[in-house]
Amino acid sequence: MRLKFIGALGVAALLAACSNDQANTGAATGAGAAVQPSGPVPGSEADLVANVGDRVFFDLNQNSLSADAKATLDKQADWLAKYPQVSVQIAGNCDDRGTEEYNLALGQRRANAARDYLTAKGTAGARLSTISYGKDRPTATGDGEDAWAQNRNAITAVQ
Amino acid sequence: MGSTERGYLSDREAEAFAELFSAQRAGFGGEGLGRRALLGGGALLGAGLMATPLAARAAEQPAAEITVDQARTAPIPIVIPSFGAGVGDQITGVLTEDLSNTGLFKVISGSTGTGTPDFGPYKAMGARAAVTGAVTGAGSLRVEFRLWDVLTGQQIQGTAYTTSAANWRRIAHIIGDVIYQRMLGEKGYFDTRIGFVSRSGGSRNPRMRLAIMDQDGANYRVLSSGQTKLPAFNPVRDQIAFLSYATATPRVYVFDLSTGRQRILTEFNGVPLGPHFSPDGGTVIVPVARGSGSELVAVELGSGAKRQLTNSGGAINVSPSFSPDGSQIVFNSDRGGSPALYVMSASGGAARRISYGNGSYGDSVWSPRGDLIAFTRISGGQFSLGVMNPDGTGERIMTQGYTVESPTFCPNGRVLAFCRRTGGASSRDTIGTIDITGFHERVIPTPEGGSSPTWSPLNV
Repeated sequence: MRLKFIGALGVAALLAACSNDQANTGAATGAGAAVQPSGPVPGSEADLVANVGDRVFFDLNQNSLSADAKATLDKQADWLAKYPQVSVQIAGNCDDRGTEEYNLALGQRRANAARDYLTAKGTAGARLSTISYGKDRPTATGDGEDAWAQNRNAITAVQ
Repeated sequence: MGSTERGYLSDREAEAFAELFSAQRAGFGGEGLGRRALLGGGALLGAGLMATPLAARAAEQPAAEITVDQARTAPIPIVIPSFGAGVGDQITGVLTEDLSNTGLFKVISGSTGTGTPDFGPYKAMGARAAVTGAVTGAGSLRVEFRLWDVLTGQQIQGTAYTTSAANWRRIAHIIGDVIYQRMLGEKGYFDTRIGFVSRSGGSRNPRMRLAIMDQDGANYRVLSSGQTKLPAFNPVRDQIAFLSYATATPRVYVFDLSTGRQRILTEFNGVPLGPHFSPDGGTVIVPVARGSGSELVAVELGSGAKRQLTNSGGAINVSPSFSPDGSQIVFNSDRGGSPALYVMSASGGAARRISYGNGSYGDSVWSPRGDLIAFTRISGGQFSLGVMNPDGTGERIMTQGYTVESPTFCPNGRVLAFCRRTGGASSRDTIGTIDITGFHERVIPTPEGGSSPTWSPLNV
């Protein structure tokens, strides 16, 4: 169950990574466009998404990092150590079960939690910027717990 | 000219006119007044507007005193005939819509006429008040308006408005506000605007632009193309502050509607969230996110001086709103666990919790009347829009939905505008209004989706 869920998120992550505004392309098209025959360029955004995991998830109204989230961030820290020229921005996001301004604060709290973890793991603070989009950048557009769970995240993106 | 002791204009109008109107106003001492564009380079309303009292055809009398509460139970029957063909009919239409939408008036259409009405038939149909009006001119309009008490047959008010034809909607709203005030003893809110975020491009990564419209949705205009969140109208100046995501770092800007110019409010040690004005328009409170929380920081608009109002060690503090006397602030915090509403002194310090229901509370807004605090409550995955007394008692839900949030009071505190989001893949955001009693909910038509409304003060 857990693995299946993560698998679905991986597809969502690929979709998010390869399409900007028009995210409603079919899953097959999106995945096909993202995966180049030669594989992602090492140290690139696509590499981060495909081989490391670009996002961690949070419980409702929470910013505490789960074991899964810490495992992902550990891999991100290793990856950032491997590509010292790369700077990333961590975007905190929320489900839409909070108010506009509260969620901006909550998203910032989540982004900061991920940043602080990476910093503690040795990534230089200067390579890490943060931003909160509150509930304005949902990964999933559904109106139930499945979508909300995907939207409570901190997404690391190469700058 | 009429020479009764009483003024023909409400205080608000008199102030507004003194500040605004061009040329010379017969009957008002004829002081020369500078012409001034009303909004951003005159794009919306470019010309001045003049009001002249009309001679009373009968002894003027104070308006019948009917309270808003009484009118809610028994809407005031008022006859509003056409002001004439063309723009006259248009003015009648806007005026009728303004009054009808309040739920406090029952508008009865009548026949055209500019003389003293024949009150017999109006009495027979149960009308309490009647309006007569006429429009003359084309490029420059003269709109004559009289409000009559049907029972006594006396004129309550008579005013002629002179303006450019482009201002016809404003004339209708101003006349509506005069009727509202003379009949109900409270200032109206028709001659107002709503700032908001105009949303397009789907719900995943929407384009969010600062926009403005009249309270009825007319005269929609985009003010700024950058990504915008949480706009707030200055309660005394023609100015909107907002959170901009136009650049990599979120910043609070102050946008002057009269000049179209904007400036950065100030820089913060942390990430600023939405701006929230004090009642005198001189201070903006901005929650500043840092670490795991956000603290409320008051910024003087003039000097830029900052003062931190909360110090809650990593808790989120957002949505501050001053009481109308400026002495207290209601805000939203998770310092006690889940998001709830708190009240503290405007100088900061200890806060007392006022919301105790299940679920989370947010979006605290103090009514300009002082009597109520509006809020958003989230419980069981559903949103509710409600009001409570400032001490937390008397909580009352007005409307519910997948998302109903961002309440903002009209200047007289009788109506709220808010955002409703349908949710799901085809989610759409609309701006609606609702009477604080929970009745008369309606959607304001907007060209794109709309969120984060902020109601202006009465136009000047």
